[in-house]
Amino acid sequence: MSEAPAIPADIAESLAIPQTHLAGVTIGQIFLAFLVIGATSFGGGVVAYLRSSLVAKHRWLNDESFVELLSISQSLPGLNATNMAILVGDRLRGTWGALVAVCGICLPGGLYMYAAGIMYHQHGERPLVTAILRGVVAAAVGLMLATILQLGRTSVKHAMDLVFALLTVIGVDRLHQSVPRVLIVVGILAILWYRPRKQSEEAATG
Amino acid sequence: MNQLPALIRVFAYLSLLTVGGGTAALPELKVLTVDVHHWVTFRQLIHLFSVGQLAPGPNMMMIVSIGQWTAGLPGAVVVVLAFFAPTALLALIVGRFWKRLSQWPWRYSIQKGLAPVSIGLLLAGCLMIAKGAIRSTTTACIAGVVLLILLRFKINPALLVLAGAIVGAIVFGPR
Repeated sequence: MSEAPAIPADIAESLAIPQTHLAGVTIGQIFLAFLVIGATSFGGGVVAYLRSSLVAKHRWLNDESFVELLSISQSLPGLNATNMAILVGDRLRGTWGALVAVCGICLPGGLYMYAAGIMYHQHGERPLVTAILRGVVAAAVGLMLATILQLGRTSVKHAMDLVFALLTVIGVDRLHQSVPRVLIVVGILAILWYRPRKQSEEAATG
Repeated sequence: MNQLPALIRVFAYLSLLTVGGGTAALPELKVLTVDVHHWVTFRQLIHLFSVGQLAPGPNMMMIVSIGQWTAGLPGAVVVVLAFFAPTALLALIVGRFWKRLSQWPWRYSIQKGLAPVSIGLLLAGCLMIAKGAIRSTTTACIAGVVLLILLRFKINPALLVLAGAIVGAIVFGPR
């Protein structure tokens, strides 16, 4: 936007580099920020915690680049939390930044589950524990459904989207097909359905 | 009885199935860890998954417990590395080439096409957990109430999972 005759990628690059230099973010600061997110993001909605830390608190990213990185992380396999850690860490301090960010965000939850797993192994069959877990499991199902419905509101817009989603459910849950097989068959169908259409083609047919 | 190579293979494979979120890998996680390798029982898997809902950070950290049970601390470390390294590497590479990819017309097709498929995968994962979790009217009610509250109000879901724990202790607990 500053100089008119430049390639868009170059503009983006020239904007991105001073931003990270201005921030002067160290590897230690990245690790600490993601460690705090990893330790405090209870309840699954990691994206909200990421945004409030990276955009609002530290000002390492503006909202625009946050949304851009989020859309990359959502279109790749992998958990949103770890994909975002990789992408943001890489933007800030390259490969090492990505590495410490992902370690930071995983460490607290990993240690928690390490301890919880050992405790469950020792006490999991006690009547009170199984009673508590029955409640927790049921609540977890409600939580998963809510998350899926909220995601579905944004990504299932047309009747065909619903068809692709249902085909996937039927393939995995009813026909007991392996996930990769369903992913490849239904995925390719869906991608072909949304194949790029050239404007000339549209003009020719329509 | 060295299970480390099998742990690496299974979790590196599962890593690539997490399209749309960790939940998408759950049906295959169940088949491999319960039916094929017998590292955990279905009941234990469901319990661990639910305990994981109370953990901070990325969900699916329950895989740490599976690794720990199967092969101790090395098992836990190996499982985390296998589960996160493949997608992390992919994110690193694609993140750097994204500017160029954004010019590629098929990128939009892939994003649009995979979105509903990932919703289907998440639903299938949810159904798998529900089959083990919802076995009575009471558990169905707990799930339904949590769902309704989350759709209507902005509240931290971890609090509702904790509430589920309390309700469970009162309703199903020994007296």
